[in-house]
Amino acid sequence: MIDKKFKIANKIFKSRLIVGTGKYKSFSECAKAIKTSGADIVTVAVRRVNISNKNKARLMDYIDPKKITYLPNTAGCFTAEDAIRTLRLAREIGGWKLVKLEVLGDKRNLFPEMIETLRSTELLTKEGFKVMVYCNDDPLMAKRLENAGAVAIMPLAAPIGSGLGIQNKTNIKIIRSQTKLPLIIDAGIGQASDATIAMELGCDGVLINTAIAKAKNPFQMAEAMKLAVISGRKSFLSGRINPNLFGSASTSNKGII
Amino acid sequence: MNIKNKIKITVNGKQMQIIPKFSLKSLITKLKMPLNKIAIELNKKIIDKKRISKIKLKKGDKIEIVHFIGGG
Repeated sequence: MIDKKFKIANKIFKSRLIVGTGKYKSFSECAKAIKTSGADIVTVAVRRVNISNKNKARLMDYIDPKKITYLPNTAGCFTAEDAIRTLRLAREIGGWKLVKLEVLGDKRNLFPEMIETLRSTELLTKEGFKVMVYCNDDPLMAKRLENAGAVAIMPLAAPIGSGLGIQNKTNIKIIRSQTKLPLIIDAGIGQASDATIAMELGCDGVLINTAIAKAKNPFQMAEAMKLAVISGRKSFLSGRINPNLFGSASTSNKGII
Repeated sequence: MNIKNKIKITVNGKQMQIIPKFSLKSLITKLKMPLNKIAIELNKKIIDKKRISKIKLKKGDKIEIVHFIGGG
């Protein structure tokens, strides 16, 4: 079966795996893991330049934004105003309009503050941003984000960095059934099988940071995640057999001795 | 230049002293910041990087210079 292209805001991407650039030991480790993952979109954050150490290495020196799509995020923002300020600055660095919105509501569980997230989506869309939205796994809220102009719905599998895997498959399936927008699992993936499950549920992509960056061997995990996403997608497209309570022999009894 | 003539500004939360009529461009050059990798805010307003040579800094100005770092 020929797969349809992975398209976000009318742009086609090769890989259905999006990776984060945080938590690596060094920029060179990060760059190598990204290359191994095959991702062509990476999330990045906006922060103050260190003015006392002018020669400090920069992310952009290791990951070329001409070769890989930078997806600026709003990590650490707790209000719509913070998020908008951050993304305006990101746009100013190099004209980025495709962005990842993430407005948090609680420092401990890092769950998204959905009222502010919805308000930010509306405001940013009016300003011409293409907003990929980190959200909870609530189908009603996902619909409201879609109506507000989101270009991708990105529900969590579990809390950010928790590695717990998909906690509510039913909600993800319901969100899948109601939207034609790209549906990307963002946050909570722990191992390759979690990424495969996300894809088997019909998601269009998976966004992973901690599970790769903090693995004992990030390069091997980057490759595992790449293969897991491809595998899950193929499995989803192939049309699985119906699950059955009882066995069905694979070998015919015809000619049995 | 007499030290008394210097004015105080804040850059990324840190106080700095500059001579009067110092332009934003001079500040960026002094800090060795690559223009294509940063964004600049002056008193919470984003500055068009093409215009920085025309902007003269004033006492109490608050400047934020940001770039991309690793994130998820």
